[in-house]
Amino acid sequence: MENKILMKGTDALGEAAIRAGCECYFGYPITPQNEVPEYMARRMGEENLVFLQGESEIASINMLLGAAASGKRAMTSSSSPGISLKQEGLSFMAAMELPALIVNIVRGGPGLGNIAPSQGDYFQATRGGGHGDYRIPVYAPATIQEVYDLTMEAFDVADIFRTPVMILGDGMLGQMVEPIDMHPKKDLEMPAKDYILDGAEGRPSRIMKSLILDVREMEEHNWKLKRKYDLMQQELPKHEEFMTEDAKLVIIAFGTAARIAKGAVKRARSEGLQVGLLRPITLWPFPVEAIEKLANKTSLFLVFEMNTGQMIEDVRLALNGRVECEFYGRPGGVVPAPQEVQRIIERYWLQKEL
Amino acid sequence: MKKIYSRPKCLKDAIFHYCPGCGHSIIHRLVAELIDEMDLRGKIICIPPAGCAVLAYNYLDIDMCESAHGRGCAVATGFKRAQPDKLVLTYQGDGDMAAIGTAETIHAANRGERITSIFVNNAVYGMTGGQMAPTTILGQKTTTSPFGRREAFEGYPLMITDLIATMKGAAFVARNSLATPAKIKATKKSIKKAFEVQEAGLGYSLVEVLSPCPTNWKLSPIESFKYLEEIMEKEYPLKIFKDITKNKDSNI
Repeated sequence: MENKILMKGTDALGEAAIRAGCECYFGYPITPQNEVPEYMARRMGEENLVFLQGESEIASINMLLGAAASGKRAMTSSSSPGISLKQEGLSFMAAMELPALIVNIVRGGPGLGNIAPSQGDYFQATRGGGHGDYRIPVYAPATIQEVYDLTMEAFDVADIFRTPVMILGDGMLGQMVEPIDMHPKKDLEMPAKDYILDGAEGRPSRIMKSLILDVREMEEHNWKLKRKYDLMQQELPKHEEFMTEDAKLVIIAFGTAARIAKGAVKRARSEGLQVGLLRPITLWPFPVEAIEKLANKTSLFLVFEMNTGQMIEDVRLALNGRVECEFYGRPGGVVPAPQEVQRIIERYWLQKEL
Repeated sequence: MKKIYSRPKCLKDAIFHYCPGCGHSIIHRLVAELIDEMDLRGKIICIPPAGCAVLAYNYLDIDMCESAHGRGCAVATGFKRAQPDKLVLTYQGDGDMAAIGTAETIHAANRGERITSIFVNNAVYGMTGGQMAPTTILGQKTTTSPFGRREAFEGYPLMITDLIATMKGAAFVARNSLATPAKIKATKKSIKKAFEVQEAGLGYSLVEVLSPCPTNWKLSPIESFKYLEEIMEKEYPLKIFKDITKNKDSNI
């Protein structure tokens, strides 16, 4: 405990990025993530690293592409409407297999929506988001410690798999202050960046491109990416389970919603209800195996999201009809209290005669 | 016998896919000659556009990175900020530079990014089949301005080079043409100057090159070079808009 310091989510994210070796930040202001570029402007300046406020999200993601193709660890951050604008660049980076970190501090939507915590961008994040046949790993932290840890991990995963990686949070995680252990980055051996463009000094010239006019070549590129996604699906899924050993009802929730669900589970347990929580930490790849395992001993799953029902599609795919699955959602930026979710748990407990 | 003309080293031994009479192959050659002459191959990174010249990497033997349509100057900014010691070049068309990428271009220029843009203006969208460009001149017929460009409906040709010349971050801004051998030589001189300005870290440099597109102008190659000189150069006068090295102590 003695090494822990109090830190705000956005600051923890920025500091973790710098300690993970991030050399370039490009971004454009949008609420509720402005504290990230503000923190980075100061800290990257102090460390003599690159910080640049682009003229738009579109410009920023394309600057990110240039820095990533230069072989630098680089990142951008934004919030929902801004992330929509970044999808063009994200698709290009997925096609060119360029590593980078993209942070989405999600706000209520669609449209301008509001600036309150929401999970409305789950589909956009986990289905690729931009045009074309691709996926990117998506991490959903639920604590400030996890914001710190997963930011560091995201840079490693990006380099290992040569892929953009997304961190999906919300304004609550960004603003919240918690004590964290600011450990240094794990010293992992990273693959050599033999693809970067740095002037063809003493070597054959290199081309970085996504234009593949020959349909068979394009098909092979698609399958090559797919093989990489399959590998990620084997190696990356991450989740947390809480009191699931004897649970008849398991709530599945991620990020801020999982914090609320955990509170609800604790309250329901104190009433004697056998309830547990499964929290996906990676939203893509989705922790399918963990859900399959629980399906053997759980009578009812309850998906709770701060949207109208998006992750529930992945849960239902994982369950494949084996176990009943219900949904409770609060979209629009509403952050319910654990008591509210507890009431939903109790209602299903009685209705289904668990 | 003395050899006085040969293929530049960094121009690949490949047949250009460009249409007969197209200006891209001339500009590619000028760039290749300068890379050889200025010994830039080991440090240059070029961003080709979305458009006919996206395939420039089939001809230029240098590091090249594609960008999405219009994002050349943003991608170039990322490269240059990450590797300030490299020479970064965007090669862009009129739609790329002055329609979809206007914001990226203007802001890179205004920040004084140490990058160079070659802006190939043929007043038409070439690769997509001859649609109206921001630089299409009044009265010019294209597939999306079949009655000729009318100011009341399509507005006026966009003078992006003139606009960029007003920006403090721009260090060298010129408009050249490929209409005659002498003008081609002058184009090379401007591109050389633009590279030198970038090497000296003085700011953004831009060379607009008026270039023929016989296929979409529906003219023969010879007619299109005439059109270039008689019509295009009237609308877009050739000039060095800005050269900050003229007013300061400089070796370049």
